[in-house]
Amino acid sequence: MTVDAPQAPPFDAAAESQARMRPGRPLVPSGTIAGRALVVVIAILTFLAALTASGAQLVANASAEWRSSIAREVTIQVRPQARTDVEAAVARAATLARSARGVESVRVFSKGESERLLEPWLGSGLDLVELPVPRLIVVKLTGEAASADLATLKEALRRDVAGASLDDHRLWVERLATMAGGVILVGLVVLALVIAAAALAIGFATRGALAGAKDIVEVLHFVGADDIFIAREFQLRFLRLGLKGGLIGGGAAALFLALAGWLAASLRASPGGNEVEALFGTFQIGWSGYGAIGAVVALVAAVTALVSRETVRRQLRSMA
Amino acid sequence: MVRFENVGLRYGMGPEVLKDISFEIEPRSFQFLTGPSGAGKTTLLRLILLALRPTRGLVTVFGQDTSRIDKGELTALRRRMGIVFQDFRLLDHLTTYENVALPLRVQGKDEASYRAEVVDLLKFVGLGERMHVLPPVLSGGEKQRAAIARALITRPDLLLADEPTGNVDPSLARRLLRLFVELHHFGTAVVIATHDLALMDQIGARRLVLGDRQLHIDD
Ligand SMILES: Nc1ncnc2c1ncn2[C@@H]1O[C@H](COP(=O)(O)OP(=O)(O)OP(=O)(O)O)[C@@H](O)[C@H]1O
Ligand SMILES: [Mg+2]
Repeated sequence: MTVDAPQAPPFDAAAESQARMRPGRPLVPSGTIAGRALVVVIAILTFLAALTASGAQLVANASAEWRSSIAREVTIQVRPQARTDVEAAVARAATLARSARGVESVRVFSKGESERLLEPWLGSGLDLVELPVPRLIVVKLTGEAASADLATLKEALRRDVAGASLDDHRLWVERLATMAGGVILVGLVVLALVIAAAALAIGFATRGALAGAKDIVEVLHFVGADDIFIAREFQLRFLRLGLKGGLIGGGAAALFLALAGWLAASLRASPGGNEVEALFGTFQIGWSGYGAIGAVVALVAAVTALVSRETVRRQLRSMA
Repeated sequence: MVRFENVGLRYGMGPEVLKDISFEIEPRSFQFLTGPSGAGKTTLLRLILLALRPTRGLVTVFGQDTSRIDKGELTALRRRMGIVFQDFRLLDHLTTYENVALPLRVQGKDEASYRAEVVDLLKFVGLGERMHVLPPVLSGGEKQRAAIARALITRPDLLLADEPTGNVDPSLARRLLRLFVELHHFGTAVVIATHDLALMDQIGARRLVLGDRQLHIDD
């Protein structure tokens, strides 16, 4: 209002406001203890959710890797039989395999190679000449096992080559798939629980903040603020808190995984590393893992915004 | 503009604070609301600004029956009123400037459009040098002036001021009264609740006198 002062006001001598007003200072006081507690809670929950999500991602990737490499291979085992020539039996089996439909390549493990395969279990320096070491033929398929005509091959082997058997790893593949699926399902359930806990925490915090700011809300109503305006102020504050907690938790999870990856890499360089790699793949979470973390942070922020908005609206409706 | 018809009010199960009150406030009018402490001045103002609902009778504000009013309409009515609370009701975490600008800000106005006006008004009420401090460090009189500035900034159609000069010296009280009179000349209906006889004697305005739960009008 432009008031033409009838006389110069005696109070204000200079006081020109060159100081730019800080625009949009929150109308709801921030930096309260409850706010900080909420950030910590959300950070912890996000951390757990992000680890769960990227863990599930890791298992999904590893199991897909195992399955595709295992499924594209079958092995023929030829056990030495009394009074027969193993070499001849192996050669016959290899010929049969080569002529089967859907086979890409056939590799026969020599006697030496077969023995070497047993070394980790039996130790070196053992003379295996007298032992009937089974011989292996690795058959690479052009596609998945299902597409090759393995039944015919199996039948032919059984009929023509004594001591030969075909293993298509199907049992393994199925078990792996079930196990990986189970792990992923558990991961999703944990994720859902964590998100639900976060939603509850935010709901309680919002309700508490509103109750604590009752006087402020009342004044805002008196000076002509509508519920949408007030709700936006509260939402903005809680969105900020939620994002802060989410980013801290997500960042910590990313850091944790990067550290784990580095640890795994250095483990792989040491003896025994091969087993770790065989189990977990390269333990590289890679971009998809970080993507999962980002998605969790985004989800937490979205849940924060939604829950605080609904809580505020419902609460304001009950205030005059 | 404001119309009370046989209004009665009690707080909870307590005794009736106001009983059978009937009066009208005309647009562009100027009146004092007076009476001893505890007579119900604040209560009556709270009825006008719809912070309280009457237990009996009819309250009409800006031509609207307040017994059936929705939240949107309530907000619209409040935007046409300026209110100076007896206990100021400034927001302690906002500066004086931000407190005074609050009624404009909650209407979603751009700060650039009102900054100069707010600064001018703050200077006029003598808070030019105190505009960037928080209310807790203001003196009682300074808080009062900030509260008045907040009520005036939107140039409301109706100004309700509850003891607006209770904390200032007589010369400042006169200056603030002039401010209200000036606002009145701009077209605002003004209701000033006070028991300061010296203040009321300065201008011959209508007096609504509360006493013994009843209202007497001295025109
Ligand atoms: N929220 C409340 N609950 C119960 N009783 C109340 C409430 N507010 C006020 N009263 C009572 O209503 C009566 C009128 O109070 P009110 O505040 O309206 O008086 P007032 O005229 O403004 O007094 P003052 O000049 O001291 O400000 C008083 O007896 C008071 O105790
Ligand atoms: Mg009072």
